[in-house]
Amino acid sequence: MIRFAALFDAIDRTTKTNEKLAALVQYFGDANHADAAWATYFLSGYKLKQLVPTKLLRIWAAEEASIPSWLFEESYHSVGDLAETLTLIVPPGEGPDDLSLSQWVEQRLMPLRAMEEVDQRDAVITIWKQSHTQVRLVILKLITGAFRLGVSKSIVTRAIAEHAGVSSDVISHRLMGIWKPTASFFQNLISKEVQDTIASQPFPFCLAHPIDHELGPECIGPAKDFVAEWKWDGIRGQVIRRNEQVFIWSRGEDLMENSWPEIESAAQLLPNGTVLDGEILASLGENQVLPFANLQKRIGRKAVSNKLLKEVPVVFQAFDLLQDAGEDIRSQTFSERRQRLEQLLSSIDHPNLCCTQLLQGTTWDEWAKIRDRSRETNAEGLMLKRLDASYEVGRVRGVWWKWKVTPYTIDAVLIYAQKGHGKRSGLYTDYTFAVWDGDTLVPFAKAYSGLDDSQMKAVDKFVRQNTRESFGPVRSVAPALVMEIAFEGLQRSPRHKSGIATRFPRIVRWRQDKKPEEANTLAELIDLLPSIE
Amino acid sequence: MNNFLESTSQGLYCIPGDFHIDPHSPVERAVVTHAHSDHARWGCQKYLAAKPCEQLLRLRMSPEAEFRFLPYGETLTVGGVRVSFHPAGHILGSAQIRLEYQGQVGLITGDYKLGTDPTCEAWQPVRCHWMVSESTFGLPIYRWPSQEGVFQSINQWWQECRDAGKCCLLYGYAIGKSQRLLAGLDPTIGRIYCHGAVEKGNEAYRRTGIALPETTYVGSVAGKHDWRGTMVVAVPSVHGTPWVKKFGRCSTAMSSGWMAVRGARRRRSVDRGFVLSDHVDWQSLLTAIDACNPETVWLTHGYAASVARYLVEQGRDARVLDSRGRSEVDEDAADEVSSNERANASIDPAPGEAKTP
Repeated sequence: MIRFAALFDAIDRTTKTNEKLAALVQYFGDANHADAAWATYFLSGYKLKQLVPTKLLRIWAAEEASIPSWLFEESYHSVGDLAETLTLIVPPGEGPDDLSLSQWVEQRLMPLRAMEEVDQRDAVITIWKQSHTQVRLVILKLITGAFRLGVSKSIVTRAIAEHAGVSSDVISHRLMGIWKPTASFFQNLISKEVQDTIASQPFPFCLAHPIDHELGPECIGPAKDFVAEWKWDGIRGQVIRRNEQVFIWSRGEDLMENSWPEIESAAQLLPNGTVLDGEILASLGENQVLPFANLQKRIGRKAVSNKLLKEVPVVFQAFDLLQDAGEDIRSQTFSERRQRLEQLLSSIDHPNLCCTQLLQGTTWDEWAKIRDRSRETNAEGLMLKRLDASYEVGRVRGVWWKWKVTPYTIDAVLIYAQKGHGKRSGLYTDYTFAVWDGDTLVPFAKAYSGLDDSQMKAVDKFVRQNTRESFGPVRSVAPALVMEIAFEGLQRSPRHKSGIATRFPRIVRWRQDKKPEEANTLAELIDLLPSIE
Repeated sequence: MNNFLESTSQGLYCIPGDFHIDPHSPVERAVVTHAHSDHARWGCQKYLAAKPCEQLLRLRMSPEAEFRFLPYGETLTVGGVRVSFHPAGHILGSAQIRLEYQGQVGLITGDYKLGTDPTCEAWQPVRCHWMVSESTFGLPIYRWPSQEGVFQSINQWWQECRDAGKCCLLYGYAIGKSQRLLAGLDPTIGRIYCHGAVEKGNEAYRRTGIALPETTYVGSVAGKHDWRGTMVVAVPSVHGTPWVKKFGRCSTAMSSGWMAVRGARRRRSVDRGFVLSDHVDWQSLLTAIDACNPETVWLTHGYAASVARYLVEQGRDARVLDSRGRSEVDEDAADEVSSNERANASIDPAPGEAKTP
């Protein structure tokens, strides 16, 4: 565990990819397979289900530190990270112990979940008594399920590949789908021998790069080398048909079972040994795509009711074919894969399993005109794909591009502020923005990012000097700062005071040239609502 | 606040004595706790401070001002108020100011810390009726690790960098923190260089009789120089400026109490953060208040409201000092730098040295 905590520290300390990679390679070299498997599991972003309710952890920590619970909460708002607050608040214990990562997880952490509260408390306090800061922080992050490290999956994959002497693409594929963090899994992961594909295992997704709004698509090459498709706002997924079974995976590598019965039954018609890449969309028939909000109604339901099936019908719009008749065809060109995809889907001819439309056009100008109409079809813009490119692993430059429509923007007034988390801990960086409704300011969006460090400091200072009231950690401030807020879309929402919810709101710039009374109004915001809701 | 002290827009003012304590703007008569520029303001006509503070205060204030220095523990009567200075343990010459008037004893701590520091006299408790205490780090998340352990980590970091052929760049306040760091460095590892502002502080410390390891002023090194394996102690404001380019491959570190929190560490974008503070942490703040055992305690800076609320719940009469004229607590926004930058501004870099922003 000390070694894993040291790895956490080493990665936390640096922003340089090479140093992170070196620290990971060294860790995988030193760790046994069981530890390496758990490390891979956590570093890939998987979490243990919450082991102990955080409410209890807060209470026990305050007791151990002999402080009232309000003081724990104030400390938490200042630190902006629960596991770290717990680590710092509880007096340091006697370290270090000699259990390894896998022993810790399997023998000391996982059993916590099934324990009675009294025993949980004893166990947690024993852990505190036996740990000092470095190890304790990592353990608490595992217990609270908040373990996150500034290292991308591709770096972890590269480190394992380097350690194993196996190519990154192979490691990346082997890490897809369902696996258990065991010694034997890790042994297979780094094995140089070719392995059979597991029926449910998806391929690593190919991801797109954004096109710079200022530069435009001309910088990626001539239009004739590309095709254009709508960029839909749905759920990216892979549909797998193998061994008479159907598996639907999300891009976040969740196996989505029972959520999309229409797609599952359509996919039964596919021949075994087929893998489709595409987008799950709420859609009323041919290209009548509904806004994402509709799809949200179906996410997270254990079972989909008949009523909901009728209300929000879904389709799978396939845009790529990765495996055809049991053959991995990712190395073929887009044109070849597209041809096979069209053939395959026309042979099935099912309304819930369709092929995404290639947009007419041969020049960037023609496509720019189509892109301008994206919002009418509830698309986010265009996808541009290179005709002669193979299907790559991850975000490889030059293969797929997303050319989004310019986001909506609104000038809004900052009215509430709260301290941030992580790198922004201790600074007032999380803001609520409002627009005018007559004489009153109605909050409509929260935004966290978009300012640079010096602006963040300046706003922080403003908040401290212009606080009107404090509600717990939230401060209401004098309505004086105007910022331009960009967002991808909006929908009606009874949960918001303004009646509007925005998608991905963020700060574009601080309008120091504008007075608060010049900010936009609620009516102007409502005007932006899509025509088909 | 009471019959002889009030909080004004210029800072604390002693009514019968007619003087300000650590004023925020130039006044006629200033009694100062220590030489950091957010306590000792440029431009006052007369300064009264503790004797060991002399070299530092003269270094930083206008030579035209009138100075008077009192040894720790000695008393001077001003307008019927008995004034004396008592070690605060913050930096060299830092003092708590004890005021006695008509049988009432008040104490203004200034900045202070408990525990040992080889570069200044250790804090001593002073019994009093009321007390004004700083609470910069007044949350229970702040618990300073042992000084020995911190220096061990710093020296270990230096050794690792030396072995990797890198230069170490260690940031701390120009006066106080830097000299404390120097005293803890192991000079057998390599040569130590200092930024101009730090070197001036070193001279003042040495003139006061504080032993520091041998240091060389960075600006005195001419031409191309091999900086590998050396330690450079500098003010934080040089971080990321062209001034640091000459050192080639370096590892950077910040030493401050704020480094206890990861977010603050990451925001600094330095390679290492060492938790070393010259202020009281939560526990020693409570210890100090208990030892001085005042009837009333006023809290100022940082988490004053939280500390006051906690103490009231513990049965003490505790209040937040309304620090008018001073911008609202910037302290928890990692503002150590800006006060350092102010400090830096009063010591111009020596000729030939790049000006720091």
